[in-house]
Amino acid sequence: MKDILQQLEDRRDAARQGGGAHRIEAQHAKGKLSARERVELLLDEGSFEEYDMFVTHRCTDFDMQQNKPAGDGVVVGWGTVNGRQVYVFSQDFTVLGGSVSATHAMKICKIMDMAVQNGAPVIGINDSGGARIQEGVDSLAGYGEVFQRNIMASGVVPQISLIMGPCAGGAVYSPAMTDFIFMVKDSSYMFVTGPDVVKTVTNEVVTAEELGGASTHTRKSSVADGAFENDVEALAEVRRLIDFLPLNNREKPPVRPFFDDPARIEESLDTLVPANPNTPYDMKELIEKIADEGDFYEIQAEFAKNMITGFIRLEGRTVGVVANQPMVLAGVLDIDSARKAARFVRFCDAFEIPILSLVDVPGFLPGTKQEYDGVIKHGAKLLFAYGEATVPKVTVITRKAYGGAYVVMASKHLRADVNYAWPTSEIAVMGAKGATEILYRSELGDAEKIAKRTKDYEDAFANPFVAAERGFIDEVIQPRSTRKRVARAFAMLRNKKQSMPWKKHDNIPL
Amino acid sequence: MFNKILIANRGEIACRVIKTARKMGIQTVAIYSDADANALHVQMADEAVHIGPPPANQSYIVIDKVMAAIRSSGAQAVHPGYGFLSENPKFAEALAAEGVAFVGPPVGAIEAMGDKITSKKIAQEANVSTVPGYMGLIEDADEAVKISGEIGYPVMIKASAGGGGKGMRIAWNDAEAREGFQSSKNEAANSFGDDRIFIEKFVTQPRHIEIQVLCDTHGNGIYLGERECSIQRRNQKVIEEAPSPFLDEATRRAMGEQAVALAKAVGYASAGTVEFIVDGDKNFYFLEMNTRLQVEHPVTELITGIDLVEQMIRVAAGQPLSITQDDVQLNGWAMESRLYAEDPYRNFLPSIGRLTRYRPPVEVAAGPLLDMGKWQGEAPAGTTAVRNDTGVYEGGEISMYYDPMIAKLCTWAPTRAEAIEAMRVALDRFEVEGIGHNLPFLSAVMDHPKFVSGDMTTAFIAEEYPEGFEGVALDEGALRRIAASCAAMHRVAEIRRARVSGRMDNHERTVGSDWVVSLQGHEFALRIAADTKGASVSFADGSSLRVTGDWTPGDKLADMLVDEAPLVMKVGKISGGFRIRTRGADLKVHVRTPRQAELAKLMPEKLPPDTSKLLLCPMPGLVVKLDVEEGQEVQEGQALCTVEAMKMENILRAERKGVVAKINAAPGDSLAVDDVIMEFE
Repeated sequence: MKDILQQLEDRRDAARQGGGAHRIEAQHAKGKLSARERVELLLDEGSFEEYDMFVTHRCTDFDMQQNKPAGDGVVVGWGTVNGRQVYVFSQDFTVLGGSVSATHAMKICKIMDMAVQNGAPVIGINDSGGARIQEGVDSLAGYGEVFQRNIMASGVVPQISLIMGPCAGGAVYSPAMTDFIFMVKDSSYMFVTGPDVVKTVTNEVVTAEELGGASTHTRKSSVADGAFENDVEALAEVRRLIDFLPLNNREKPPVRPFFDDPARIEESLDTLVPANPNTPYDMKELIEKIADEGDFYEIQAEFAKNMITGFIRLEGRTVGVVANQPMVLAGVLDIDSARKAARFVRFCDAFEIPILSLVDVPGFLPGTKQEYDGVIKHGAKLLFAYGEATVPKVTVITRKAYGGAYVVMASKHLRADVNYAWPTSEIAVMGAKGATEILYRSELGDAEKIAKRTKDYEDAFANPFVAAERGFIDEVIQPRSTRKRVARAFAMLRNKKQSMPWKKHDNIPL
Repeated sequence: MFNKILIANRGEIACRVIKTARKMGIQTVAIYSDADANALHVQMADEAVHIGPPPANQSYIVIDKVMAAIRSSGAQAVHPGYGFLSENPKFAEALAAEGVAFVGPPVGAIEAMGDKITSKKIAQEANVSTVPGYMGLIEDADEAVKISGEIGYPVMIKASAGGGGKGMRIAWNDAEAREGFQSSKNEAANSFGDDRIFIEKFVTQPRHIEIQVLCDTHGNGIYLGERECSIQRRNQKVIEEAPSPFLDEATRRAMGEQAVALAKAVGYASAGTVEFIVDGDKNFYFLEMNTRLQVEHPVTELITGIDLVEQMIRVAAGQPLSITQDDVQLNGWAMESRLYAEDPYRNFLPSIGRLTRYRPPVEVAAGPLLDMGKWQGEAPAGTTAVRNDTGVYEGGEISMYYDPMIAKLCTWAPTRAEAIEAMRVALDRFEVEGIGHNLPFLSAVMDHPKFVSGDMTTAFIAEEYPEGFEGVALDEGALRRIAASCAAMHRVAEIRRARVSGRMDNHERTVGSDWVVSLQGHEFALRIAADTKGASVSFADGSSLRVTGDWTPGDKLADMLVDEAPLVMKVGKISGGFRIRTRGADLKVHVRTPRQAELAKLMPEKLPPDTSKLLLCPMPGLVVKLDVEEGQEVQEGQALCTVEAMKMENILRAERKGVVAKINAAPGDSLAVDDVIMEFE
C-alpha cells in the first residue's frame, strides 16, 4: 500500500517539475515565473486545487509518443482570491513551449465549463508558443472549443486574461473575447501575425515588442486594459481587480468593510473647476475624492486619455466610473474614447455594477479623420451602451455638457436614475461663442455686438438651471458634498429593477 | 485705537495681521489682485477691495491703487506686512498726507535705513559695531597692506564694481594682501573696466543673527532678544530660531543695546529688526536694519509672549510701550521652518499649481504664545507648541505671481532639542500635495548633525548640500521602525481584504503573520503578533519592536508609536505596499509574504525607461508659446512650451535636466500627435 501512495507522490512530483529544472531556470532568466509559481501568487496561499495533472497528449505523429509530459503544458484548477472562488488555467512554457494540443485545450475547457456552471470567474494566464504543429487540425479544433466557451461564458462570469509571454496567431482570439487583458511589460506580446510574416507580406520591418508589446496594446491598439512591471506585480494587481468584481452575473458585486465616512465633505472640490472655462483640471482628483479611501482601479489608463474608466467603491460596494478628462483634449468625445467607455459600460451592466458618470464634455471631436473612421457609429456605441444599461446610473455634470455629447454622457434621457450638476455646469446645445456666431451671423462684423450677444447667451444658458427647470437635472449640488450625494443616490438605488423588452440580443453598432 | 485697518499685503502675513486685529476688535480690510480673488486673506478679512491684475507692479505695489482702496474702505490705518510697500517711504508719505496711520516707523527712519551707505554711517555714529573697512579708494599695494593691517586680518579685498566673486580676494597676511590687491585690480579692470578697489574685514564663520527692537513714539525702546537666521539658501532664509544657540548673555545684551541705540538714533517707532553678522569669536557687525515686521517674527513672539503685530498697532495709535526691558524674558526655544512651493528635487525650482491636499499639523497652544495670550511661569517639561502661519488652503491655487513661501511652521519647547524634535514630527504631519515643496529638505536639515549641534554658518546649505538636495537615506534603525509599522499596516489591510463578501464558507483566506519588508535596498523578515492594542513585531535577528497606532486603510497619514517613540509617515499606495514619506525620505516599501518575496527576487530589475531626448507633442494642437531657446539649459519640470488643444492651454515641461539642442516648432504651428517639438542634447 505504501508503495502505491509513494508512487502517487512521485508522479505528482514529476508533473510539478513541468519542463524540468533547466527550463524553469531559463524561464526565470527571462524574468518570468513558472506556470505554477504564477498560480501560487494569484491565489490565496494553499488554496489551489489542481485538476488534470496527469493528462497527456495522444498524438503519435512526428514521434510524439516519445514525449508525453504530464499535464501537457497547462496547469488548471481552482482556488480562492481573498476567500472567493476563481478558476484558473496557466500555460506552461517549459512544457513543449506551452503549445496548445487537443488535450491541452480540453483541460482549459473543463475548468471553463465548471466556472460557468458554478458561477465563478476564469483567469487565464497565457504563455504559449501557439498551436502544437504536430497535432495539426486537432490543435485548431482545440482553440475553437476554447473560443466557443469564451463566448458562452461572456457576460456570465468575469473572464480575465493575463498575457505573460508569447500569445500569437489564433491564440490571441481567446483573450480577445475575455473581459480584461493585462500584459507584462517587456516579457509579453500578442499579435495575429508575427514580425517575420509581416516582413514577407508587407515588407515592414518591426520588432515583436513594437508589433505587439505591452506598450503597443495599452497605448495604440487598446487590445490590453493595462500593463504591469513584472509577473509579481501583475498577479497582485489582478487579485486587486477581482476584489471589485462579482463572481457571476447573478450576484451583486462584492461588499467589503470600509474605513471612510460616506458623508465626508471635501471643501477643496468647491475650487476644482477653474474660473476660466478653457483651463483644464484633473478629473482624477474628483474621482479619488469621491471614492472610498481614495482607491481607484483604472482600466485602460494609457489609451484615449480624454476618457477615464475604472472602478471605485462607495460604502464598500463596487461602482464603475466613466469620466471625461478635461486635461486631455478638453475631455472631448472621439472614436477611441467612445469605444473605450462603451465597452466598460457594457461590462458594468453585464455584471450588475452601478455606473457613476462624471461629465465635462465640450462635444464630439470634429475633423475628416474622425468622420472617415466612422465616429458616427463608434460614438453611437457609447450612446447605445448607456441607453441599454439597466444598472443604477448616477451622473454628475461638473462643467461643460454640450450638444449631442450631453445626451450621450448618461443623461436623464438615457434612463440615468439620478442626474446631479455642479453650479459651475453649462448644460447647453453648445458653447456661447459658437452659438452666437450661428444665431447672430449677420452681426459677425460687429465685435462689440457679438461680445454682448455672447455675454447674454452665457448668462442665459451657461448654467445648470435651464436643465434643472425641466427636470433633466434632479438637483444642483455643492461640489464639496459630491461624495455624500452620490453615495446616498446609489444607496437609494440598491434595489433597482429595470427590464428590457424581450429580444434575442440587441444590434449595437459594432 | 483704530476702528478699521487695511492690510496692504497678501498671503500668510496678511492673514497673520488680520488675526491680531480681530483679537483687538479692529475691523480689517484686505486688498487683492485677480489672482487672489479666492485667497485666504480675502476670506478672512471683514472687507476686501480689488486692486488690479495679478502682477504686483499692477496691483499690490501701486500706491495710487492702495490709496484708493483705503479711501473707499475708510480705513484709519494701514499695516504693510513685509515686502511690497512696507519699506517704501513714498507710500508712508502718501498715507501721512491723507492722515492715515502707517503701522510702521516714521518716514525718516525708513529713508535713513533704506540706504546701505547712509545706514552704515548712522550706525557708526551711534557707536554700533560695523564691519571694519576702508571705504575710500586705495592707490597702491603698499596702501592696501597698510590698511589691511589696520583693519586686522583676515580681510576681503573687493572690486568696487565687483560681483559674482570676480575681483574678490581674501587675505590672511601682508603678502596675500599685496598679491590680492594686484590681482583684484587686474581682474576688475578686465571684467568691469573699473579697477577701483576697497578693503573690509573678512568675517570668518559668519552667522546671521538679528535683534528685534520695539520702539514707541514717546522715546521708549526695547529689544526682544535675537533670532538666528543662518540657514539660508542663496540669501533666502529657510530656517530660523530664537534664541540663537551661539550667543551668550553678554553678547546678547551688547547687540540688543546697540540695536536700540541705532533705532533711537533714527527716531524709530514700531517693530524693527537690526541684522548683524557674527563671526566665530562672537564679534558682531551691523549689516542693515529692516524697518518692518520681519517674516520670522513668530519665533520671537513664541519665546517672549509678546504679540509684535499688536505692539506695532498700539505704537502706530500713539500709545506708549507697556513693556519695559526688564519685562522681556526669553522662555524656551522656538523654531521656524519656511514652507516654500519649490521642488527640492528639481533644484528648488518654483512649483505652481493646485493644492490638492493641504493639511498642516494641528496647532497646539503651549509655551508663551500661540493664542497670543501671554504665557505665565515655567512650562512643564515636554510641553511643545505648534504654530502655523499660512496664507493658503486645500483646493487653493499657488500662482506664479508672488513669493513661493506658503507657510511658516513654528514649534516651541522648553529646550532647543525638544523644539527640534517637535519640528521633526510637525513636518512629518504636514501634508502638502499637488505642488512641489521643500518639506523633505526641511526635515533633512532638522536631522542634520551640524544643525542639531547648533554649529552652523550662513554657508551651511551651500557646504552641506553642494550638489543640491537628493533626498534622505535613513539609517537602519529608522528603516526597521518603518518596516515594522508598514508590516502591521499591511496586515490590517490584508485582513480587511479577506473580509470581502462572497467568500466560500469555511474556506476563507487566513492572513499570515510572517512578512518580508523591503525598503531602501534593505530587506527585513519579520513576524507580527497582533493584539487589541497594537502589534509586537519580531525580527529574524531576535530583536523586536512594539507598534501601536490607529491607522486604517486609506489613511494618508500614519501616526504611529514604535517602542513609544512617535513615527509619523505620509502613506501612499503602490502595488504590493506603500509609498512612505517621513523624515525627508521618500521610500517604496514592499510588504510580501515569504513566498512572494522569494519569487519577487526573480523579477528583473528594470531601469527607468529612456523616454528619449525629444519633446513630442502629446495631442494635436497649436503651439501658443515657446518658453525656451536653442542652447538653453533647462531644469526638470521647467516649462518648455505651451500647446493649445481644444481651446485648452497645456504646458509641456522638461522631464529632466538638459540642454535644448533644436526647436522644430514655432508659435502658431499646428502639430499632430507625436510631432517633435524640440530635441535635447
